[in-house]
This record gives sequence, C-alpha cells and structure tokens, in this order.
Amino acid sequence: MVRLFGPLVGLFFAVALLWSFGNGAYVAITEPAAPTAEHEFHLHPKEVHFASDGAFGKFDKAQLQRGFQVYKEVCSTCHSLKHVAFRDLAALGYSEAEVKAIAKEWGTKQPTFDPKSGERGERDNIPSDYFPTVYYAGQGNPPDLSLITKARHDGGAYVHSLLTGYQEQPAELLKKFPDAKTPDGLYYNPYFANLNLAMPAPLTGDGQVTYSDGTKATVDQMATDVSAFLIWTAEPKLDKRKQTGWAVLGFLLVATVLAYLAKKNVWADKKGE
Amino acid sequence: MSFPWANEYKPANGLTQWLDEKLPLPRFVYNAVGAGYPVPRNLNYMWNFGVLAGFCLVLQIVTGVILAMHYAANAGVAFDSVEHIMRDVNWGWMLRYAHANGASAFFVVVYLHIFRGFFYSSYKAPREMIWLLGVVIFLLMMATAFMGYVLPWGQMSFWGAKVITGLFGAIPVVGEPLQVWLLGGYAPDNAALNRFFSLHFLLPFVIAGVIILHIWALHIPGSSNPTGVEVKSESDTVPFHPYYTAKDGFGLGVFLLIYCAVLFFAPNMLGHPDNYIPANPLSTPAHIVPEWYFWPFYAILRAFTADFFFIPAKLMGVLAMFSAILVWFFLPWLDTSPVRSGHYRPLFRKFFWILLIDVAVLGYCGGAPAAEPYVMISQIASMYYFLHFLVILPLVSSIEKPEPLPFSITEAVLGKDESAVLNANPAAA
Repeated sequence: MVRLFGPLVGLFFAVALLWSFGNGAYVAITEPAAPTAEHEFHLHPKEVHFASDGAFGKFDKAQLQRGFQVYKEVCSTCHSLKHVAFRDLAALGYSEAEVKAIAKEWGTKQPTFDPKSGERGERDNIPSDYFPTVYYAGQGNPPDLSLITKARHDGGAYVHSLLTGYQEQPAELLKKFPDAKTPDGLYYNPYFANLNLAMPAPLTGDGQVTYSDGTKATVDQMATDVSAFLIWTAEPKLDKRKQTGWAVLGFLLVATVLAYLAKKNVWADKKGE
Repeated sequence: MSFPWANEYKPANGLTQWLDEKLPLPRFVYNAVGAGYPVPRNLNYMWNFGVLAGFCLVLQIVTGVILAMHYAANAGVAFDSVEHIMRDVNWGWMLRYAHANGASAFFVVVYLHIFRGFFYSSYKAPREMIWLLGVVIFLLMMATAFMGYVLPWGQMSFWGAKVITGLFGAIPVVGEPLQVWLLGGYAPDNAALNRFFSLHFLLPFVIAGVIILHIWALHIPGSSNPTGVEVKSESDTVPFHPYYTAKDGFGLGVFLLIYCAVLFFAPNMLGHPDNYIPANPLSTPAHIVPEWYFWPFYAILRAFTADFFFIPAKLMGVLAMFSAILVWFFLPWLDTSPVRSGHYRPLFRKFFWILLIDVAVLGYCGGAPAAEPYVMISQIASMYYFLHFLVILPLVSSIEKPEPLPFSITEAVLGKDESAVLNANPAAA
C-alpha cells in the first residue's frame, strides 16, 4: 500500500510545485519585480567599534556616562527608557548620592494619585523609580530606547549610523524614483528601513552637549557615546555575562579533557588489538 | 529483553538488597543505561546525540520551570516580565539565554539524531516503533518550541502566532471557526497567550513520557550500529556502562563547550531582533520568519504560490508542510532495501547527501524574504524533498546492488580472522 500510494503522493506534490514554479516563472518574465528606492538606496549600518565589542570587550564607564548625558540632554525629550531604573545608573560609576541627585533633578516627574481624595499630582523621582514615561504629541511615534540596540540588526552601529546619516535626498534617487520624494515633515536617512523618518536630525552640531570630562563633543563622538549607552541599557548584564562565560568555558575545557582521557582509558582494551 | 550474556544486577549491600525486593529501581536503571545493557561495540560519535537530546530536555525543563516562576503570561505585562527576568532576577539573564539557546541546541542535536537515522536506516525492522515514536517526539518538540516563542510577546511572537494559527484557517469549511476556537479570539491575544503558556509547560512532560516509550522500544531489539549488521555474539557488544557512559561524557563536554560559547558570547545570534519590540497588532514586520529550526518547513509552506486545480495555494502549502514530516512515519516501508547502513549502499548514499544539501537549501530559503529567487529555489528544493522520500527511496532500494557486508560487528572492528575461515589459506594446511 505504502509503496503504491507513496510515489503517487510524491508526484502529486511535485506536479503542484511544478505548477507553482511555472506560474512564478511566467510572472517573473512577463512582469519582473520593479526595483524600489528602499531596495536600492537603503544602507547597512556603518562599521563602528565599541569598547564592549568582542569576547573580551567591556563597557567603558566614562563613555557610558557621556552617552547618558547625551540621552538626558537630547534624546529624553521624546524617547522614554522604561526598562531602566535610576538605581541602575550606579553601574555607570555614579555614587549613591549622584544617583539620588540625578533622579531628583530629572525633568519629567513621577505621576501620583491619592486614592482617598482622588487628586492627581506629581513628585520627584527617587532611585527605585524607572525612567518616567515620555509623552510625545508631535508627528511619529518615538520608540522606547531601552532595547533599541537589540531590536535592530547590528544595533549599536545602527543607532550611530542613523544619528549621523541624515543627508539631502540624492538627486540620483529622485531621477530614478520621482515618486519617492521625501514627504513634508519627514527626513531622508539611508540607514532607516524605508529611508524617510519623522525624527529630525537630533545631533545638529559639535558642542551640543558639554562633556565634563573634557572630551570634545563632536557629532560623531556624541553619536558613538549615546550608542554605547544604549547598548548598555539593552544589555546591562553584558560584562557579567562575558566574565561568567570565560569561567564556564575554562571549567568545561578542563572537564572535557578529563572526560576524553577517561573515555580513552575505559576503551583501551576494546579497540582493535 | 536483553542479550543472554548481559550482566546481571547484584545488590551490593543490605540496603540495595532490601530495595531490590521492594522496588527494583536500581535494577531497572542498571538494565536500562548501566552495565546490564549490552550495546554494539562499534558505535561512532553519531550515536551520541540521543543522550544529548535527553540532556537538552532536562536542561529546558529545569531552566523553564525557574523562568515560569518569574514570567507573567498576560498580554499586558508578558514582554515587561521577560525584561524583569533579564534585569532584576538573580541570574535571570543566564536562565533566559540558556532556555532560548537551549531550544536551538535541542533542535541541533535532534536534527543530527534524525539524519543519523536516515543515513544508517535506523528506522528499519525491527526498530520501526522506535522511529515512529521519535517522529512523534519531533512533532511535540515543534509544537512546544512554537508556543514557547510566543511567550515573550514580541513582534515575531505575535506575528508568528498569527501566521501559524492562520494555517488552520486554510482547512476547508471548518478552518476559520477552528482557528478562532484554537486562539480563543479572532487574533492572538491574552486568551491565546495563556493557553500557549499552559501547553508550553505541559508538553515537555508529554515529550518525557514518549521518550520513555522510545527508549523502552529501543531496548527490545537493542541499539543499531554503523554496519547495520545485527549483534551475533558477546564479542560484538560492550556494557553501556562504563563504555558508553564514558563516551557520552566526553560528547556532553564538547556539546556544552559549543552551547556555552553561544550562550555567553552570542546569545542573540539565533534570535530575531524584532522580538525585542513589544507585540503590536497594528504594525506588521517587514519579514515574518519563524525560528531557524522551522525554516525548511516554512520554505515548503511558502513554495506553493499557485492554486492547483480546485485546491487553494495556501491549503496546498499547509498540506505539504505537514506531509513533509508525516512522510517520515512511512520511511520503514518506503525503503525496502535489506541493507541498513549507508556505508554499504553506494547509490542510496549519494541521494542521502543530496537530501542533506536540499534541506540546507530549504532552510536558507525559509529564512530569506518571500521574494525571487528564493521562492523558485524553494519550489525546486521542495520538489526534490518529496520525490526523495516517496519516489527515489523506493526506487533506489529495489535497483541498488549493495556492497558486501562484514560478517559481524567484531569483524568490522578487529578485521577478518583468516584462520577461522575454512580453506581461506590452503598453503598453511
């Protein structure tokens, strides 16, 4: 039975696939897929190096602090950071008092609600609070940035490329795709998936923030710093993870060598004489 | 059942004697995976993956049970509770990465285990039942993995659930009501997330049960081996312990080295970035792709792009995708060659390697966007997939002339014993 019906079922699927293939081939020849501006002008992230890259990479705390400053002074106007709490900033090298001060001075306050009187109000942030929600009324939906570098391919480099990638729409693009002109209120950026995004270039010029450690705040430097900071917000346990990894691999290597020797020993009398 | 020369369990002291009379559990273990189970002495490293698959199941259950203590299966907070695990739970990041990459590791070893079965025809009599139960385990694994991927409630979770449950909608007449019933709504939402969590917790224990049957069925004829020649005498076997426990120990070490390298240094390598974006029913991702271990089957699903007579393309795709696995159930009766091992089947061996490449191509196309040339390549590759199992395999087994087999496993390991063959060396007589 199986030997009779098996080949018939096989041929049934094969013929159906051939039919799909033929249809697809016909369409591909008669109406070849039109190229799109996204397909031709979208760029992969630039090559950017971070201190945390690689198996031995570690966060550069000074850089994370600078990146946090950029987030605070530039990004936080529109973008929230809901998975990060003020207390987490201690990992950037801030003291307890500094964390308290950062929380207290944070522009957006924590909403409060008194269930007795029904009154709503607000209070200062404390270290145990998460970064407060940011409400944005303008065009577009600024995404939460906590996980942004893990939510994009090659996330750190992507954020850096996006921040430094704003430019005039290339004339070549407009010549080839006259319909693809960037709509009003959007901005052209080849690193963004569909080339046009609602966010205007946030880093507008050198010296936009003033770093307390004397690092020169070029646009490129600020973009790198804030990308490094966002790698940290997405994966705060990165240093611990790699450190644990080396200990685990070291142990496993020794254990595996011992297991191999034990295996050789056990089998010594059983392989060919 | 076992071979007559199997070691017998002898309780060493008063306590084990007492236990052996009341509940002979140590005897059971001794006969199952101890010195009481004689195993062919010539197993190669491809025979390590059964034990590794068992290890992966235990790993998944242990990490999964702990993750379940911190996870909240509610569409409103599921995503945030996963981030809570990653940031605030002690070693939560390690547990979650271990579990997510553990699923991939489980599929890697199971695919190797299955392809070992293909090459050495492990499915042939008298081991059909082991094979059938193995396919059941694989189907259960796929269901479990699919539902597990939905739980973080990211974009790929949501849209993956939508696409896969949408497949049921392709069934004529009952399809749409069935889909709504399965999801508990018109789209994946809280009801679906909750039942997926419940089933994701349950199914691994069902898998454990079927694995017990799988191993029970294995112990009736005993393990197969690379020559495919059955065990004939005591010299063909060694006791499972210490010989194969030692070999599996080494195999486990190598496996853990690779697994931990991924876990600690590239834990998101096998995942999709979109799953770090919270589920949003109003925003469809540019490319909806499942996890890598589903790619070959996903490619088959998408290969059907044109209605075939009165059968809609979508239904054809669904039928083909499920048939692609169901066909494995019939393997013992499709491949009728009396020779098991691919080592002695020159023609079969060639097609085996073509199948391996074919599945790799399907996998690549399944992960690629649904555009040309990937669709056309997956159409050709799917065609070969079905023809391989249903047409080529029966044909090969009837026309192929196998190479001569060794007389016994012992001979395969130690070489021919010339002095034991009558008139083999007339000069010495």
